[in-house]
Amino acid sequence: MTTRIFGSGIRRREDPRLITGQAAYTDDIKLTGMVHAAILRSPHAHARITGINTDAAKAAPGVLAVYTGADIEGVLNPIPCAWAIPDSDLKAVAYPAIASDTVRYVGDAVAVVVAENRYQAEDALELIEVDYSPLPTVINPEKSLDAVSKKKQEDAPNNQAFHWVAAGGDTDAAFADAAITVSETINQQKLIPNPMETRSAIASWSPAMGELTIWNTTQNPHIARFVTCLVTGVAEHKIRVIAPEVGGGFGAKIAVYPWEMITAFCSMQLGVPVKWTETRTENYMATTHGRDHVEYVEMAANADGKVTAVRSVVYAGMGAYLSTAAPGIPTILHGLMYSGPYDIANIKADVYGVFTNSTPVEAYRGAGRPEATFLLERLMDKVGDAVGIDSVEVRRRNLIEPFDNNRDVAIGITYDSGNYSNALDQLLGHVGYDQFRNDQAHERDHGTFRGIGVACYCEICGLGPSQVAGAVGFGGGLWESATVRIYATGKVNVFIGTSPHGQGEETTFAQIVADEIGVDVDDVEVVHGDTDTTPMGWGTYGSRTTVVGGAAVALTMRKLRDKAKVIAAHLLEADEADIEYADGQFFVRGAPDRAQSIQDVALQANVAWNLPEGIEPGMEASTYYDPPNFSYPFGAHAAIVSIDPDNGHITLDRYVAVDDCGPQINPMVVEGQVHGGVVQGAGQALWEGAVYDDNGQLLTGSMMDYAIPRAHMVPDIEVHSTVTPSPHNPLGVKGIGETGTIASTAAIYSAVMDALKPMGIGSLDMPLTPERVWRAIQESGYTGNGHSHNHGHDHGHGHQH
Amino acid sequence: MPNKVPITINVNGRSHSAEVEPRTLLVHFLRETLNLTGTKIGCDTSQCGACVVKLNGVTVKSCTAFAVQADGAEVVTIEGLAQNGNLTAVQEAFWNNHGLQCGYCTAGMIISVTEIIERNPNPSPEEVRAGLEGNMCRCTGYNNIVKAALAAAAAGQGG
Repeated sequence: MTTRIFGSGIRRREDPRLITGQAAYTDDIKLTGMVHAAILRSPHAHARITGINTDAAKAAPGVLAVYTGADIEGVLNPIPCAWAIPDSDLKAVAYPAIASDTVRYVGDAVAVVVAENRYQAEDALELIEVDYSPLPTVINPEKSLDAVSKKKQEDAPNNQAFHWVAAGGDTDAAFADAAITVSETINQQKLIPNPMETRSAIASWSPAMGELTIWNTTQNPHIARFVTCLVTGVAEHKIRVIAPEVGGGFGAKIAVYPWEMITAFCSMQLGVPVKWTETRTENYMATTHGRDHVEYVEMAANADGKVTAVRSVVYAGMGAYLSTAAPGIPTILHGLMYSGPYDIANIKADVYGVFTNSTPVEAYRGAGRPEATFLLERLMDKVGDAVGIDSVEVRRRNLIEPFDNNRDVAIGITYDSGNYSNALDQLLGHVGYDQFRNDQAHERDHGTFRGIGVACYCEICGLGPSQVAGAVGFGGGLWESATVRIYATGKVNVFIGTSPHGQGEETTFAQIVADEIGVDVDDVEVVHGDTDTTPMGWGTYGSRTTVVGGAAVALTMRKLRDKAKVIAAHLLEADEADIEYADGQFFVRGAPDRAQSIQDVALQANVAWNLPEGIEPGMEASTYYDPPNFSYPFGAHAAIVSIDPDNGHITLDRYVAVDDCGPQINPMVVEGQVHGGVVQGAGQALWEGAVYDDNGQLLTGSMMDYAIPRAHMVPDIEVHSTVTPSPHNPLGVKGIGETGTIASTAAIYSAVMDALKPMGIGSLDMPLTPERVWRAIQESGYTGNGHSHNHGHDHGHGHQH
Repeated sequence: MPNKVPITINVNGRSHSAEVEPRTLLVHFLRETLNLTGTKIGCDTSQCGACVVKLNGVTVKSCTAFAVQADGAEVVTIEGLAQNGNLTAVQEAFWNNHGLQCGYCTAGMIISVTEIIERNPNPSPEEVRAGLEGNMCRCTGYNNIVKAALAAAAAGQGG
């Protein structure tokens, strides 16, 4: 009995090129005659450009051209936003690729230099003289939405980009009647995504053919082609976008940026290939950020802790312009997740999208859902405290009962399947929750501060039904495609519309193929990332690649199996109804010894010497799969931390995850996704945050200042799972790319607050840096004997462990 | 235009002579002049470790060394590890243990792990994590990189 390939943790088929240095990322590619672009960026967060002189730069060694905003006017259209949330009074301000009169954040493009090599291009940047007249600057999204800064965006009075409300039930009445209400102010700090590969593009214009090829480090080459067509005016069929090896994305490579449009412009002007690659410092300024919410959130509950309502007012920073998918993130992907895994009858999300003078905000791993999970879990902890029950017990009292096919929630969406209490039970067993609580009580008496945080979550993934995408203002579809070709030799190519960049679908999709049609997994190659060779698809984000694109692959294999069965019946001179299929063999029922293998059939299909009447030659099929609904992965995570009260240092001692993404194609890949997601979420809780000064200067402007988790800062992540198939797609899969990030920020924050509970510390802003924690401990009046005096003085002695 | 300086560097067992500007970074020399693009650039502040190579047997961040500093030296990059198609124990362990996702940090990680094991053939998980202080990964949470390092050490050889 062989092990089923679907579900096997085989090692990845993409790895050999990656572990030997043979993979080609965008900046690794060299074209004949290629020259290099460097972009001059605004040093001001908001200013008028009153003069610009490029003469000296144009005369510098190796320089071929210098272009400013005036040069692109009428040639490059503004960068469009692709998600116009309906009924939200959305105001998309003009987003020129190069600013010509006003710069709106530090990093806005002012000019571009093209030179023979990169050193020369960067040298010449320093020779461009720009006169600026600074204007008022605002960074905080809530403060931005007031009269002081009214003039920042002429097209958007009050800097309001949109105002979106979603509600279900009667939230006001529920709050009026509630026995208990709790509230919190949450700063979802601005985060810098930090894929290890910065952004890069090569544009190559063929004047003779009128064709534009762009190598672009993107998560969605087909969307990039579509938008490039809108911005450059080159017809869509004359544009080829290639996403070669892509070094991580995390949402920051969804947007279509001005930078690759500028690179294309330069190539079209000069008639030679042009490469642009950003430095990391430039990446921090010019590649999209994530989160940036100021949230006022409330929860209402009965006296026994049963939650009756949740509501919010959210000020979501959009940055200076609306990036490609930005408006959908704090709305559709955030507000619609306010039920989480809980049964809550009354829900209201009230979200303002606000322009600020900072780097545009986009999706960042989890995109709206970590923020929703965080506020629910934070409020759930506070309800537990108010009622006087344990944080796990309050969750248990509110989880939705198990269901296996559709459950409506008050906010107006329908979950696919869930067994939330099972995930929680499994978690508590793995982590030894009761034992920890016992130990903790003793430790506190001895001045040791450890805490445990539990987060339950449910997220919306597998984006999604195209009809819904249209209804919520997304400027495209959300279906996926696959074309599968089985050659005469029995080898298989799979061409997919999605564009994985580290998630391992070259392996997992090959496993789907092998499982469906019985070929060896090594006989399958998955092709992705090139708009000329792959069918249309909408890209890799929102944990959708396997859910939607994988379904397209599976359905295509079933079409091919059906065709193969007809041909096999013909070859076996049997009635098709009598043909059975097992493990890559077609045979007459009861006579497996006289079988036609899929390879036999593929050969016959490709040479077409002896095909049944009406059957076309070839062994190829395509599927365009539009899912009937989203998928809803869920789970429960726990973090254990210890805090040194002398210096506020937090140690993440243990992290345990239980996730349910439905059936797992490759458990090793699934675990890897959870590991990485958890550590990214830990980064937000404990270390990361984009810090600006009052003038809009990014103080965390390099990896020296922005604290990405390093190996010694995190423990091994313990990963477990439950399996609840989704009824919404043919594989039953739910998606795993974002679960770790969605749960871990909330779990770790809760653990820290649990540890600080004896000191009477209520709330702290993220990231929970040692300084922030130490100051809170000082202000609590903690004296070192495990008790708080709460009069705000630093006793500074007697601390013990 | 600064005067160019002649240098000779042995990279992966092959001697290369070239004239470079004194300001040319070693990583740019490897990537642009020798077309050895397996070594990556992830930051410009010597934080991320994507550019780690061996210089005279010791790991260095090649974005923080000038090419002229490597004149006369022996450099080993990711392309120089596997011999005749045979992966090293560390490369094999990264593959077997899913020690990479997007692969961008991987060259630096593999070279750093190789050195960690050369210095300490039997490292603890904590020693591996401490040894990777200068290498960032955004995909794996380091879990399987540590696992791969321990597996490579257990296989009894670092290189």
